[in-house]
Amino acid sequence: MTRLALTSLKLAAFRSHASLRVETDGRPVAIYGPNGAGKTNILEAISMLSPGRGLRRAAAADMARSATGIGWRVTAELHSLEQSHEVVTGVEGDAARSVTIDGKAAAQVALGRIARILWLVPVMDRLWLEGAGERRRFLDRMALSFTPSHAEASITYERAMRDRNRLLKDQSRDAGWYDALEDQMARAGAAITATRMEALSRVARAQEDAATAFPRATLSITGPDGEDAPDGSEDQLRRAFAEGRRRDMAAGRTLTGPHRADLSAIYTDKDMPARHCSTGEQKALLISLILANARALADSFGAPPILLLDEVAAHLDTDRRAALYDEICALGAQAWMTGTGAELFDALGPRAMRLHVTEEGGESRTQAEA
Amino acid sequence: MSDGAGKEIEQLIALMAKLPGLGPRSARRAVLTMIKKRRLLLDPLAQAMTEVAATARECVECGNIGTSDLCDICTSPKRDQTILCIVEDVSDLWAMERAQVFSGRYHVLGGVLSALDGIGPDELKLPKLETRVAQGQIKEAILALGATVDGQTTAHYLADRLEPLGITVTTLAQGVPVGGELDYLDDGTISAALRARKSL
Ligand SMILES: Nc1ncnc2c1ncn2[C@@H]1O[C@H](COP(=O)(O)OP(=O)(O)OP(=O)(O)O)[C@@H](O)[C@H]1O
Ligand SMILES: [Mg+2]
Ligand SMILES: [Zn+2]
Repeated sequence: MTRLALTSLKLAAFRSHASLRVETDGRPVAIYGPNGAGKTNILEAISMLSPGRGLRRAAAADMARSATGIGWRVTAELHSLEQSHEVVTGVEGDAARSVTIDGKAAAQVALGRIARILWLVPVMDRLWLEGAGERRRFLDRMALSFTPSHAEASITYERAMRDRNRLLKDQSRDAGWYDALEDQMARAGAAITATRMEALSRVARAQEDAATAFPRATLSITGPDGEDAPDGSEDQLRRAFAEGRRRDMAAGRTLTGPHRADLSAIYTDKDMPARHCSTGEQKALLISLILANARALADSFGAPPILLLDEVAAHLDTDRRAALYDEICALGAQAWMTGTGAELFDALGPRAMRLHVTEEGGESRTQAEA
Repeated sequence: MSDGAGKEIEQLIALMAKLPGLGPRSARRAVLTMIKKRRLLLDPLAQAMTEVAATARECVECGNIGTSDLCDICTSPKRDQTILCIVEDVSDLWAMERAQVFSGRYHVLGGVLSALDGIGPDELKLPKLETRVAQGQIKEAILALGATVDGQTTAHYLADRLEPLGITVTTLAQGVPVGGELDYLDDGTISAALRARKSL
């Protein structure tokens, strides 16, 4: 096994799961069960094995099982390339989320170096229609999957920007202080933009000669109003921040920089902006992008990412669904997929293992089926 | 919460528990040990604390903590007066001293710039630093600040203020002080970071 997969997953007091234990053999996992059973909760728990707030973007404390309220823990055996790691993350009391990798305390960003995880959840169906924030996060998750240091650059940028915003609100005129903060923002910002561009070109390349049933998308990064984005180099950013001080002071925040970037997508074959495509087409574009990202990662990282596909099967017709399964299996990706009925996964046959999730008195029960 | 000991002892335990590295449990153990070893520990400790309480103060020159107005480092004729190491906190200074890798003098800022925490240039010991540099003996200032955003912002800010005064400003090899605090670095790492210092 030269792949990336969870071989064991344990949840303790994670939302509806008082305690869950699953062993896998690296195959994709089909999770089925009625509404409210606790399927998405399992995907969310896995998403906590990557840096950040996970696929619901929830506060860490909200993930604690409400009945106990003392915290939660996710323990996973992660097979990454030729190595196996024990990853534990969780929250105790009102402390911040902690991470240990192979028994040693680690920073959250360290998770990105061993686990590459991508997800598709139903709220992303509206990705191309709503605010830029969600699209930017989608773009950053792509970038992070290729370049784990993207997390550090983002944290540095955010931290320096929050300080700068505070200076702006306080109407500070200490040019030296602005210079010092903007220098860090420019450096981290240039790295962020470069990593994002790199991710887009990798995904574009992976779409070029792919045998796929899903439509090609042409992606580009734009400014907040859809205009062409400036080059985002260190010098350009440094100048833009310095020149923008007066305007930013009036606004009380930083109005230019990579935190304002937007992602635009075009359905390539129809030359149609994604936001004007049909609901089904938009979904197909997203799946296409996730698969392209996965193929590109298989090339550069040496293994395709772990995929978390929440309710993806339900929205595809039979042929598209079969095509999706075939592509996942051809990639060798461990996809964790949810759906209400077991029959949604019939086309997978023995290529996936199955988990049946049910709920009793507010507690999820999970049964593995061979 | 009461241990059934007297009020004064409870008070001592409560105070000890506020010390870094100690919690209520270890504070209780420590107090019990001290009382049991009265002559060996408690009496000398009480005396040492009284003396420190009466004499401990900040060095008016560098911000180090000592027992007289000028600290031992600032008064030592053996220390190189042309080179100044700028640190965030006294604990960083002590870490550098333990490593025995630096023979110049220090300046303790007493913090790093953080607009979010309300720490600006006026809250740091900057005027004193500029006065010291303006006196003309210092040729190089080494910025030994953490690799955090605040630490690096402060380093950049100081470099811009000090370079026009005609001195060389260098910084510890980037990326070495993980998480910022010099205090957590072992001696070998500090000396490597010092040797590999570079201009900003
Ligand atoms: N902190 C919590 N403690 C206990 N239960 C929780 C907590 N947070 C959410 N739940 C419960 O978890 C249950 C299952 O949620 P989940 O989203 O996983 O369901 P699902 O199986 O994906 O359902 P659907 O098919 O409708 O998407 C919900 O009924 C919810 O009330
Ligand atoms: Mg769900
Ligand atoms: Zn001194």
